[in-house]
Formats: sequence, C-alpha cells, structure tokens
Amino acid sequence: MAKKNTDIKKSKGLFAEAMVRLRRNKGAMIGLGIFLVIVLIALLSPVFFDYETDVIKQDYSQVKLAPCSDHVFGTDEFGRDILARVCWGSRASLAIAAIVTVIALTIGAVLGSLAGYYGGKVDMVIMRIMDIFMAIPGMLLAICIVAALGPGTEKLCIALTISSIPSFSRIVRGAVLTVRNSEYVRAATAIGSKDMHIIFSHVLPNGLAPIIVQTTLRFATIILSIAGLSFIGLGIQAPQPEWGSMLANARSFIRDYSYMCAFPGLAIMITILSLNLLGDGLRDALDPRLK
Amino acid sequence: MSEKNLKVDIKDLSVEFRTDYGIVKALNDMDVELEEGETLGLVGETGAGKTTTALSMLRLIPNPPGVITGGSVTINGKDILTLPEKDMLDIRGNVVALIFQDPMTSLDPVITVEEQIAEVVELHEEGGHQHARDRAREMLELVGIPCERGKEYPHQFSGGMKQRVVIAIALACTPEILIADEPTTALDVTIQAQVLEMMRDLRNKYNTSMLMITHDLGIVAEICDKVSVVYAGHVIEHGTLEDVFDHTRHPYTEGLFNSLPNLENRSEKLKPIKGLMPDPSNLPPGCAFCPRCNYALPICETEKPPRYYRNDEHYVECHLYNEQNVKEGKVIERADYNE
Repeated sequence: MAKKNTDIKKSKGLFAEAMVRLRRNKGAMIGLGIFLVIVLIALLSPVFFDYETDVIKQDYSQVKLAPCSDHVFGTDEFGRDILARVCWGSRASLAIAAIVTVIALTIGAVLGSLAGYYGGKVDMVIMRIMDIFMAIPGMLLAICIVAALGPGTEKLCIALTISSIPSFSRIVRGAVLTVRNSEYVRAATAIGSKDMHIIFSHVLPNGLAPIIVQTTLRFATIILSIAGLSFIGLGIQAPQPEWGSMLANARSFIRDYSYMCAFPGLAIMITILSLNLLGDGLRDALDPRLK
Repeated sequence: MSEKNLKVDIKDLSVEFRTDYGIVKALNDMDVELEEGETLGLVGETGAGKTTTALSMLRLIPNPPGVITGGSVTINGKDILTLPEKDMLDIRGNVVALIFQDPMTSLDPVITVEEQIAEVVELHEEGGHQHARDRAREMLELVGIPCERGKEYPHQFSGGMKQRVVIAIALACTPEILIADEPTTALDVTIQAQVLEMMRDLRNKYNTSMLMITHDLGIVAEICDKVSVVYAGHVIEHGTLEDVFDHTRHPYTEGLFNSLPNLENRSEKLKPIKGLMPDPSNLPPGCAFCPRCNYALPICETEKPPRYYRNDEHYVECHLYNEQNVKEGKVIERADYNE
C-alpha cells in the first residue's frame, strides 16, 4: 500500500511486513519460485519452439518415441514433441486463468463490496443470486455454459468467469463485513467521505488479505478447470496444445506409452502445487493470528 | 437571551433505536445550545445519550435502527435534519468535526498518518493532493508530532500520538464546531493532561466552538465554559461551570460530585449513586432519576418535572424546586469540601 514514498525515509506498511514473513516461509518461497519458472517457460516457449514446425506439425516418422536426447519428453501418436507441447500448453492455461481471475475478481469485488457495505436488501438480492450459482457445482456449471455456448477459448473464459464470480463475491463480502463496522470507517464517514471512496480506500485495502489468498488458490482451481474441460473436449480445441486435452489423447496409450500421460499430468500437478504452497504461505503471512 | 450567537441549537431532539427487542429511547427531548467560541461540557453516565447527541449533529445516527422522532438540529442557522445528503458531506469534517473516543481504532491501519490527514483536506479544500499533504504536515507539527513521522503507519504510533493525529484530522479543515467524544478516555492520565492542554490551545487559536463529551468532571472543570448534565437522554441541569459546580441543584449532579474521592479527607468513603441508569427501552413515566433519588417525592413517580431557572443560564428540572427555592438552594446536601 506504500504510496509514492520517495522523498522521506520509507516505513513498512502491513503488507511490507507480511512480505518479510512470506520470505521466511520456505514452502511459500519454493511455490513462488516454481510458479515464476512456469511463467517464464510460458513467456519464452515461442523462442525455443516454433508453433508451426515444433508444436502442431505432425511427423509420422517419429511417432510414439520414448524420451531420448532429441525428444526429451518423447513424442506423441502424431510424432509431435511432447516437451514443446507441454511448454506451449502452459501459455493457454496461464493466460486464460489470468484473464478469468482478473475479470471474476473485479466483478466479484464490486458485487461483494456492495453487498457487504450496504447490507439489507442489496445484500439479500446479490447474495441470493450468488447462492443460486453456488448451488450448482462449479465444474458442472462450466460444462453447462460451454455446452450451451459451444466450445472455444472465449466461451471457455466466459464459463469459468461465471462459475468463479460467486466465490469471489462471497469472500469479498466477508472481508468487507469484518471491516465495515470498524471505527476508522465510521471516522471516514464523519469527515464527509463518499461511500465509494470509503469502500475503495478504506474498506477493501483492509480486507485485502483473505482476498489475495483466495485469488491465488482460485487461480489454481481455474487452471485445473481448464484442464478438466479440455480433457472432456469442451475446452481448448485441437491442434492447439493444452495439458488437459493432451492427457485425454494420451489416455488410450497409457499402458504402453505412459510417458505421454505423465508429462502433461506432471505439469498440471506442479503448477497447482506451487500455487497452493504460495497461497498457504500468503495466508500465514497476511494473517499471523490464524496460526 | 435572544442575541445569543448560536452555532449549534438542538431542540427537543428525540431519537429511538428500533430493535427486535423493543424501542430504545436514546434521546428524550434533548436540548443543546452552543455559542460561538464557547466550550460546552456534556456530562453523564455511560448510555446517557451523549454519543448519540454527537452523531445526530453530523446526522450519522445509524438508520436502521436509529430514527429521529422529533425535534430539530440547527447548525449555523440551518436545520440539518432536512438537508440533502450531498450538503451533509460538506458539513461533516468541514463545519462540524468529530474526535472519536478510541484513537487506537479510529485510524485506518493501512494508510500512512499523513495521507489520512490529507484525506480530509482534499475532500473539503481546493488545491489538490500536494496542498493537502503540505497541510497535513503542518497539522502534524501543530499537534506536536515531527512531520517526518507522517510517513509512518498508525501502529508505529503510541496511543497519545494517535489521539494527536485524530485531533489533527478533526482540526485540519479548521471546523467551526468540534465535537470531542470522550477524547481522553482511552489515554493514561499524564497523556490526558497533555492532550487536553493541546486541545485548549488549538481551540483558542481557531476560536472553535467545542462540545466536550465526557464523564470526567475534572476535565469539565479544566476546559469547559458551560455544563449540561445528561440523564437518560435529557438535560436535567444546565448552567455555567460556576453555576453547576458551586450551586449544584439537581440531586443527580450532586450524586456525581459525591462520587468523586475527597482529596482532603482520604479516609472518607465514596458515596456512589445507588442503582443503575433506567433501561432506556422502559423509562419511568415521571422523573427518570426518581428510582435512584434520595429526595424522591410522590409526584416524581408520575410527572415529569418542569424546568426552573436559577438565572438566565442555569436551570434544573426537579420537583424539589419552585421559582423561589431554586435561587436559594439548600435543598440538597453537597459534600462539604466543595462549598
């Protein structure tokens, strides 16, 4: 929260202190490290692998090769290099998850803070609508939406956003409720601040801790959902590489060519694990009382 | 009496809190008059309606459950109960400023102290962010905090310093009316004296009218010009400091003084007022103090006492008096050391 503290000596805010605690948490730092490596791979994979020649070009002379020096992760049933596809696969997952998280968080934050701050009828209407969405399992809701809209990357985004909004708005509402009645919020009304100003500069920053944690964990869930939807053919479409659809294709060869399944599966597992480690660490760092 | 220059004029204000457990009558025909440059002490027990009075002056009584059922609140000649919300935003913090009771919780923990003072300036004054920050640093120096510390967060400040910051926020827009809601209750005694002295200096400097809400008669004696004694949401005795302290008329005010330890005779027992404040959701039909009063008459149980004036300012509402003996006193017994 430190604002332009350039001219006079810097002092540590609550979040700077939380970062110190986070740095001491080994698990969280490992999680953060792995996640940054994955992000780096996603950003740099076009440098190492050309999409047309390495990722989607089929080569029937090199079908189902076990991991070797030329193809470190082996090749799939169409002779495509699995390493290239796993690396490229991270791009789709991370990009979609990031977009969905940002949009869902924004909408959820607005709805949640309106509900939490104003309470009463506003709260009732917003949260009951959210309850309706939450009554349907997230994955099922996403499947229904994709089935209704048809497969495709944008439609996948829409489906995941809609199924993520309720949990974000719920967590934001909870955070707002804990802060809303504090003395400094009343003090802000007593100096003549407008409601919107109070929500965005006093209420939300103070309730940020659980929201950050939820965002990290939700990011992992969304990656998992993308893989899940692609696995059943409703997500990213062939030939674009995606971990879930790679798993689905490799599934039929699992007995003889297990490496075809193992690498995309490992990629999913490591990504989710790193995010969960980071999320847990953030929670401990941001709210030391919970421990 | 007509040429008073009234900054605040609250007349017959009644406020109810309508809860699931019944209607709580927080204020019952409350009267407050505050003149320009004057300091009025509002004295009373916990739950007497002091804070509700303060909040009503900013129109910040939480609604629901709070409802203003009658009376008027006039600030600078304007009836604020009918003003649109937009005009209220201009009054809050700019014309009327409130110092909260607990400095530990009334500062936002994630914003630097300087920014919090600048916030109120930015809301009410032209000149943008830079002007607001300059003003914030000025205010910090004014309340005795080096302005470099403005870059720090509230948790890095001690309680007394936080209260200074809260006072700086309240005074940053040089309000005409300052409401101090038990400003020293959360502080220890040595800091209390410092903060009080600072408030007095600042009040004199800006010629601010001040409403001092407290239950500490020592603070009243220290800083106030006039005193209103509040019981169950109603003023039962009002007058200048001298009137109320030296010519106490109401048995409740007498009880408040008698509850103070006597410094000259330390072996003397305290004489607390027996009983508790009446349940505000179930007030007695007559005088609200009657069940605890040592002098209660049969009429006290059934009829509300009228107001008797001892002089132009000093009045008391009690059945023990009539137009004659209210001037003479000697109806109730004050502990001897005071007179």
